[in-house]
Amino acid sequence: MDALAITLQYVFTGVAIGSIYAMVGLGFNIIYNCTGIINFAQGEFVMLGGMFMVTLTTVWKLPVGIAFPIAVLLVVLVGIGFERIAIHPLKNPSVLVLIMITIAGSILIKGLAMFAWGKEARYLPHFSGETPINIMGATILPQTLWVLASLLTVVVGLAYFFNRTLIGKAMRACAHNPDAARLVGISVKQMVTLSFGLSSGIGAIAGVVITPIILMDYQRGAMLALKGFGAAILGGLGSAPGAVLAGLLIGILESLGAGYISSHYKDAIALIVLLGVLFVRPGGLLGSADVQRLKKF
Amino acid sequence: MLKVQNLKSYYGRLQALRGISLHVGKGEIVTLIGANGAGKSTILNTVAGLVSQNEGKILLEGKDIRGLAPERIVRHGVALVPEGRQLFAPMTVVDNLELGAYVRHKNGSKIEIRQDMEMVFDLFPVLKERRKQLAGTLSGGEQQMLAIARALMSRPRLLLLDEPSMGLAPKISEEIFRTIVRLKKQEVTILLVEQNARMALEVAGRGYVIETGQVVVQGPSADLLRNHEVERAYLGKTYEKVWE
Repeated sequence: MDALAITLQYVFTGVAIGSIYAMVGLGFNIIYNCTGIINFAQGEFVMLGGMFMVTLTTVWKLPVGIAFPIAVLLVVLVGIGFERIAIHPLKNPSVLVLIMITIAGSILIKGLAMFAWGKEARYLPHFSGETPINIMGATILPQTLWVLASLLTVVVGLAYFFNRTLIGKAMRACAHNPDAARLVGISVKQMVTLSFGLSSGIGAIAGVVITPIILMDYQRGAMLALKGFGAAILGGLGSAPGAVLAGLLIGILESLGAGYISSHYKDAIALIVLLGVLFVRPGGLLGSADVQRLKKF
Repeated sequence: MLKVQNLKSYYGRLQALRGISLHVGKGEIVTLIGANGAGKSTILNTVAGLVSQNEGKILLEGKDIRGLAPERIVRHGVALVPEGRQLFAPMTVVDNLELGAYVRHKNGSKIEIRQDMEMVFDLFPVLKERRKQLAGTLSGGEQQMLAIARALMSRPRLLLLDEPSMGLAPKISEEIFRTIVRLKKQEVTILLVEQNARMALEVAGRGYVIETGQVVVQGPSADLLRNHEVERAYLGKTYEKVWE
């Protein structure tokens, strides 16, 4: 392979994992916009999506087309259930308390997943076989196309939801000005529940499509969440286009770093870039500095 | 329509209202005047449900709505146009209006909502020109019009207006007040809080003067406009002028 093909190969690999970071980052943003908190259980939704998919396809022998929506639905139920039980009943909780609750939720879900699926990594067959597709000397797995298609679907779906539907607009209204939203009759608490449902669903989609490539184990979510969080911050917390752009960027950098420098430093490279950008642009790539000043963190 | 009895509101340990009683009849415009910090806005915010610590009674057509959440109260037909407009700035004019009708969407009344949007465009033609513009990019006067229009979209029986002329040029304020008079003709009941006491008393039938969380004077607007204390404190006349 010539140098160009090798680079292209690294980019393809990076785009696949970067799409996952992007989706996790989108999930962070949805909950952040609605509640002002970072949901540290976001990575667990990704892990659960993959794990449910493994069980549904290998134990229950369901075809991918049926198992996929069921797995996502199950995770959405977990997300909504988590919000209903742990967050909904609180009256005027502080941001710090909410964040600690999500950390506790993350630990709890991780523990339960360990009981349910064991400690070893779980394998999921690729959805459309493993015959690589050749593009300019580099190869791309059909599964990567699944990942990209999911990211595209999620982005288009979210754009439609937030700009065209009444509920989506109501969620934006409540993110922008909760008091005014309540005055027109929007129940902020309902919107918070909905935001957990939505972001757990997106996390689950990411988990389902990435599991065949990276395998899934009970503590895999944490690292994915960290990178997804990096994507959300790098893109500018709250900005959806920012999260997508930054997610892909982190994924590609990580993959190039692993290829050209050393795979030992792959996580470090991505995080150093993250820190570097934040030194220059504290608001993130697509966030504005003025908005940043008003944020709680 | 609205009857407030012995209402006391608190912000933490600070008591903002010390037993307010007032009433607003159907189709009436009633104004609350008073200095900054007297508690006028607190009265509106408490009626709309935004101030959660309170005691007393807020009767809307005989039903006590005190203690309900704001999103429930708007379903009872009370709409607040808050101080400082509180628009959804990153959204378009049409989106803001659509969200104003949020409580009505569930009944599947799309055509009615369209008609109402035409109605508010008729009331504020400039909003129709700006329908695709983001609310945050409108001028102050246009934003105030949009805030009123958004509240009207919920088809309120009682409209609470908090300082609609704040920060606006006199000419724009007059336009807003002309609209308030037009709303009265459409039999919308209005409780109006205003710094500009003279303008408020000119459109309102009755008024209450609020000082440190209490009603100190009340009566028909014509009487208040002639009341010496009110003239001196809120209409900008000195004692000398009053006695001359």
